[in-house]
Amino acid sequence: MGDFLSQFGELFATYDVPGAFWVNIQLTFWAAIFSLVLGTVLALMRISPIASLQWAGTSYVNILRNTPLTVIMTFLFLAVWTQLQITLSDDFAQNFFRFGVIGLTVYHAAFVCEAIRSGVNTVPLGQAEAARAIGLSFLPAARLIILPQAFRGAIAPLGNTLIALLKNSTVVVAVSVSTEASTLMREMIESNANFIYAIFILFALGFAVLVIPVGLLTTYLSNRLAVRR
Amino acid sequence: MDHGAATTTTDPAATSAPLGPPLVELKDVNKHFGELHVLKDIDLTVRKGEVLVVVGPSGSGKSTLCRAINRLETIDSGEIRIDGVPLPEEGKALAKLRADVGMVFQAFNLFAHKTILENVTLGPVKVRRERSAAAKERALELLDRVGVKNQAGKMPAQLSGGQQQRVAIARALAMKPKVMLFDEPTSALDPEMINEVLDVMVALAKEGMTMIVVTHEMGFARKAANRVVFMADGQIVEEATPEEFFTAPKSARAKDFLSKILSH
Ligand SMILES: Nc1ncnc2c1ncn2[C@@H]1O[C@H](COP(=O)(O)OP(=O)(O)OP(=O)(O)O)[C@@H](O)[C@H]1O
Ligand SMILES: [Mg+2]
Repeated sequence: MGDFLSQFGELFATYDVPGAFWVNIQLTFWAAIFSLVLGTVLALMRISPIASLQWAGTSYVNILRNTPLTVIMTFLFLAVWTQLQITLSDDFAQNFFRFGVIGLTVYHAAFVCEAIRSGVNTVPLGQAEAARAIGLSFLPAARLIILPQAFRGAIAPLGNTLIALLKNSTVVVAVSVSTEASTLMREMIESNANFIYAIFILFALGFAVLVIPVGLLTTYLSNRLAVRR
Repeated sequence: MDHGAATTTTDPAATSAPLGPPLVELKDVNKHFGELHVLKDIDLTVRKGEVLVVVGPSGSGKSTLCRAINRLETIDSGEIRIDGVPLPEEGKALAKLRADVGMVFQAFNLFAHKTILENVTLGPVKVRRERSAAAKERALELLDRVGVKNQAGKMPAQLSGGQQQRVAIARALAMKPKVMLFDEPTSALDPEMINEVLDVMVALAKEGMTMIVVTHEMGFARKAANRVVFMADGQIVEEATPEEFFTAPKSARAKDFLSKILSH
């Protein structure tokens, strides 16, 4: 134990551990916001009365959900950036970061959509009928009546998606150079092979410290905000 | 066939004002659920100020009829007009028409995440574009009228079923509807709460509201209805004044049905 502690101390002194996790947090933060927006739009398409929109939403979800994230990331970096020469920033690191956010967003939006749809299923049909009966058309009924209740019923699955997103943010670097947690871990192992257990525990703990509060918070919120019927 | 005009002269239960022009007209309406023919050649006219009670055995199509009138259910053929205007297919025009047709459901369906007051002001503000202060003032008047003003700040789940249903009536009235549809408004209620809801409905009828009410409450039909329509297997089998229907039903199906609900 004392051994590990001194090894931790040495690792922290040599490497910027919080800085590496900070990159994951930033990737997660932006991808969470954008995938929430895109996922909500997709969920609206899937519950809309218009068949072509339903079809488009369903296709998106089925395709993106079944494509490995590494494939999406590689496609963005190699095909879009390297081949098509499309860049999002003049700064090299920024460009990686932005493509990373886009990849994480398009992938997790499919899961956000399904989480929201499971929330919509917790809203009794009578709520939508009452909304239509007072003269609300689809979008206002969705915005004022269905989605506010659906989000409250979807907090737990949305929390799980956020946790997955946080962990998946490490995949971004499987194909990039910016230093986030998993690249730093690789780098540490390469030059400190004798610290392997300490390094592993350090990163496992690091992610646990980030993930556990998300789980606790979503459990608390989903009880706190549950719609009483 | 002009039922409305006939009832004005012969109906002992007819209240003060004479009935106005046709407000809800169904012509030759048919509806299927897959193989099941749930509405068969329905012809029905409800005049302004009329109170129509619809009765019939379970599965006879009463709810479907009610829901077809504000197009919560589409129909396969025939025509439905409200105040002379055919029901629009979809979109803005349909939403506008629905705002003019109040609906009260068996399960109340109050918006579960909104307060009682917000339930009543939502339609006027978001659909009718009324100023929120004016909508709030009117909502409180309506809640007062149905006897639940003191509950205005609560959430629906905190109210009893009878109170929730009275709020649902206030919510529908807030839209200033031309006609009100009630689909078994008291059948989900504990017995001791039925009368508080029926009293509100009787008062509404006396004020001249046009109402189509699916209910088996004979007391309400006797007190408030101009006419009773008996449905069986998707058809209108018999129409009469409440008195005639409950004391001397003509068809065998109606006699059978009444003997069953009376034996409860
Ligand atoms: N959405 C639906 N899909 C398929 N069949 C349906 C649907 N809604 C109703 N039905 C069927 O249509 C018939 C008429 O139903 P409806 O609800 O109009 O009857 P009802 O007279 O209101 O009966 P109750 O007194 O039980 O409320 C029933 O046989 C019912 O099972
Ligand atoms: Mg019914």
